[in-house]
Amino acid sequence: MKLKVKSSWVIPLVAIISGFIVGAIIMLIFGYDPIQNYASLFDGAFGGVYSVGETLRNMTPLILTALGFSVASKAGFFNIGGSGQYLMGWFGAIIVALKFSFLPGWLLIIVSILAGALLGGLWSAIAGVLRAYFGTSEVITTIMLNYVSLYFVNFAVKDWLAGKGEDSSPNIAAKASLRGNFLENLTANSTLHWGFLIAIIICFVIWFYFNRMKSGFELRSVGINEEASKYAGMNVKKTIIMSMLISGLLAGLGGALDGLGNFQNISVSNALPQVGYDGMAVALLVNYSPIGIILSALLFSALQIGGMSISVYSNTPTEIVSIVTAAIIFFVAIKYVIELLLNKRKNKPQKKEAVKEEGAGK
Amino acid sequence: MNLTTTLMTILSTTLVYAAPLIFTALGGTFSERSGIVNVGLEGMMIVGAFSSSVFTLNFAHTFGDATPWISLLVGGAFGCLFSALHAVATVSFRADHIISGTVLNMMAPALCVFLTRIFYDGKGQTPEIDQGLGTKTIPFLVNIPFFGKVFFTQTSLVAWFAIIVAVICWYILYRTGFGLRLRSVGENPAAADTLGINVYKYRYIGVLISGFLGGLGGAVMAQSITLSFSISTISGQGFMALAAMIFGKWNPLGAMGAAVFFGLAQSLPIIGAYIPGLAGVNSVWFQIAPYLITIIVLVLFLGKSVGPAADGENYIKSK
Repeated sequence: MKLKVKSSWVIPLVAIISGFIVGAIIMLIFGYDPIQNYASLFDGAFGGVYSVGETLRNMTPLILTALGFSVASKAGFFNIGGSGQYLMGWFGAIIVALKFSFLPGWLLIIVSILAGALLGGLWSAIAGVLRAYFGTSEVITTIMLNYVSLYFVNFAVKDWLAGKGEDSSPNIAAKASLRGNFLENLTANSTLHWGFLIAIIICFVIWFYFNRMKSGFELRSVGINEEASKYAGMNVKKTIIMSMLISGLLAGLGGALDGLGNFQNISVSNALPQVGYDGMAVALLVNYSPIGIILSALLFSALQIGGMSISVYSNTPTEIVSIVTAAIIFFVAIKYVIELLLNKRKNKPQKKEAVKEEGAGK
Repeated sequence: MNLTTTLMTILSTTLVYAAPLIFTALGGTFSERSGIVNVGLEGMMIVGAFSSSVFTLNFAHTFGDATPWISLLVGGAFGCLFSALHAVATVSFRADHIISGTVLNMMAPALCVFLTRIFYDGKGQTPEIDQGLGTKTIPFLVNIPFFGKVFFTQTSLVAWFAIIVAVICWYILYRTGFGLRLRSVGENPAAADTLGINVYKYRYIGVLISGFLGGLGGAVMAQSITLSFSISTISGQGFMALAAMIFGKWNPLGAMGAAVFFGLAQSLPIIGAYIPGLAGVNSVWFQIAPYLITIIVLVLFLGKSVGPAADGENYIKSK
């Protein structure tokens, strides 16, 4: 974004390697074998069709929350509310799938998915409207909305969906599920579902939106310079609301697909779903590139799925993969240093460039 | 229950919940006044809560009754250490402040639960602490008629301490040369630099103080409310403290007031039963209230730029 780097994959690659090295050092400090653990991680993520199926399935919500985060970021907004929007999407899809179960299967699936996506979209559009008309920081509103959604969904699940004294809704009917025999047979009964395909398609749709559509161009232009965009005759307020709406739609879609494909129901939870934050990591690693997000999601999904094997084959706590994830994003955040080091290695005389950086927060 | 007792219960519960928020919100104020946005308060609290819990569990025999109080300092110290990551990334390495803060929020729970599993046989939760900070009746002050009973009976000592710290923080920021310099690098770093103020140094100090106070806040949470450490010990309090800081317009006293208000809101599910007229209300409203009120207040009373002018901007010294 700021300094020109020759190839956009150098930073992510260096960050990934550095992140794994940090993980290895921490494992060594506490007397665990990093090579064995990384091997079982790899095996857990890719060692067999079942594992691959699980890894791909886990990519679905990561891709969509990452896309959602990217759309807002490209417009210059920090949508930290992916978790809440995902949760609303999950809830919306499940409640529609349960309450409208008389509909034919294909229609029920479409309506449920749309309901989830829309709920997520409206949820984040609140932050967009407040930002556009009152200048309220979307960072704060989306954080607050995250917790509102957590308590609201908990209440709604308990009061509206779950039976007396229970903490989760009944399962949706098989006809509303996104799972299918074909995928299950292909991947030795993994939880891979058709939502994965939808997520991949959406990546290309968003790429098309950013690069080939007027609205996408306006969105990026507002992100680069709001004043200039206004001067060029763009409707900035509309673009702000639009970007937050699309952002939430995508995260909500992630929740809907995960709900209908993976969970099949919804439960009371005492914390926000982590996937919203993981989606941020996925997007940050590849600097918001919609196609790059597919690869980035594959990496983080593999870390999560493979990470579970770590504690099966050794007594290393699974949390080591979250440490690696956080470390990778830390190195992405300090890319300035990586660029500096890379330039030095090439022995080129370091030219001071006039760089003006701005935080995304205000 | 008579009026005095009801008020006493409401107040002491409010203070118990407000104390962690006050410390953390004050921390946020220092960081953001120096120009570094701090969404990583949550992570700093987690580190503080974890380190103080481990300390209390290991040294309760050595230090006796003073253990929880010393553990607060331990929590602060580790919070400070952890915040150095944010300081280095944002001040020296020009990282985006929000991304770096988000890294803290990702790293803290991962690291602390990882260590908890190593220290406590693979369990994700520490054992319970024997003695927490608890509530105390403050001698002498309790003898004041009516107010003594309401404010100082069975009250949270640490919360009163937090309120005193807030006043001290206000004095430091607004009445000392140090405070003026710290605020100046958050308003106009280039001008401050021209006047010979070391921008980087003051920004480092701002972030490290916020780490100390954030860690302290997390420690208070663990030592007075949850009495153990697990992944759910800190669940959103850091973000709430961030909101309190903004609500309080980046002013220590305002942040403290807002934190007390949020404390009241957070204690509503518990004390709601004692307040006539609120007993029948569904508790989901009490849970949602603090967050909803924050949004409404932000929309109604705060416009855009009331924060420090250069908050969130990296300062790059030109040659």
